[in-house]
Amino acid sequence: MKLTIQVNEGPYQHQSSDTAYHFTKAAIEKGHEIFRVFFYHDGVNNGTRLTTPPQDDRNIVKRWSELAEAHNIDMVVCVAAAQRRGIVDDGEAQRNGKDATNIAPGFRISGLGQLIEGGVQSDRLVVFGD
Amino acid sequence: MAMLHLVNKSPYDGSGLNTAATIMRSGDKLLLIEDGVYGAMKNGKAAGLLKGLDVSVLGPDLAARGIPEDKLVDGVTIVDYAGFVDLVDANEQVQSWL
Amino acid sequence: MSDTKKMMYINRRAPYGTIYAWESLEVVLIGAAFEQDVSMAFLDDGVYQLTKGQDTKGIGMKNFSPTYAALGDYEVNKIYVEKESLEERGLTLDDLQHLVWEDEDEDYAEKDSIRLVTRAELADVLADQDVLFNF
Repeated sequence: MKLTIQVNEGPYQHQSSDTAYHFTKAAIEKGHEIFRVFFYHDGVNNGTRLTTPPQDDRNIVKRWSELAEAHNIDMVVCVAAAQRRGIVDDGEAQRNGKDATNIAPGFRISGLGQLIEGGVQSDRLVVFGD
Repeated sequence: MAMLHLVNKSPYDGSGLNTAATIMRSGDKLLLIEDGVYGAMKNGKAAGLLKGLDVSVLGPDLAARGIPEDKLVDGVTIVDYAGFVDLVDANEQVQSWL
Repeated sequence: MSDTKKMMYINRRAPYGTIYAWESLEVVLIGAAFEQDVSMAFLDDGVYQLTKGQDTKGIGMKNFSPTYAALGDYEVNKIYVEKESLEERGLTLDDLQHLVWEDEDEDYAEKDSIRLVTRAELADVLADQDVLFNF
């Protein structure tokens, strides 16, 4: 199965990002292909490297970054949603005159077309949200 | 084509389970995840919605919420994340009733 | 060239209380460029998105309701509205914007985009889709 996963909510506030992560990991372990994980709405907040969650609980951002690195997963944060919520990479900082970036490793900022493309190219689109 | 319906909210906090249960067609499957697992508790008013449906429940979410198996309606299948993946694989469409 | 897929955007939330209604419209507009077989469904609180007379000046938010009227220009002209959801909320088609599209195959005749369907009919439409977007 070729899968695209959509994550609509940010880390910790809702269980969506956790469930999406566990699902994605299980799919990989079963030998399925992850075409893309697309973060939309508050889901873009999964892509900031500035979180400092408590040591005795899961580190949601880091976990996604590590999964992406281990399995070469394309993790995309929607540019429009990211601009609204302040998730910034070098390109966005330059374009929009921001004095800092905060994108986490393994995430890239791109357009909504990447979500549509995921829907077109994958066998299944699985949406996690509130 | 068969559809997998995902419901992630408690039936007492959202219309997801009601809409899913009333729109599902024969052959479709329902998977309750996250707070949606409360919908499978047999003594709850919402239990009636599940009658006649093919229902699975995500085990880790049951355990997290301290819901023992004997409190669930009869006939539900408990799956883990691997089972969740299998359900997605086995059904051509996935509809998340957020 | 990839096969055309039947893509449906499902809307179940009211506008303005949350961002889902607006941000899902943004997906539909971008998606129009991909030349897939697109339709939209409005049910549960999603039917509120289409109501006429939205005036957001007092709440200081952008009024995005005119965007629904533009959907026809983006070739999004299959807009399913669920009857039971309207009735539950005391609404009729009259409370909703009159959404139209121009059929270039019929001399640009103006046609209704909204298709009023029962839950059972909507179930059949859903079953026919390849990709279901939810927000």
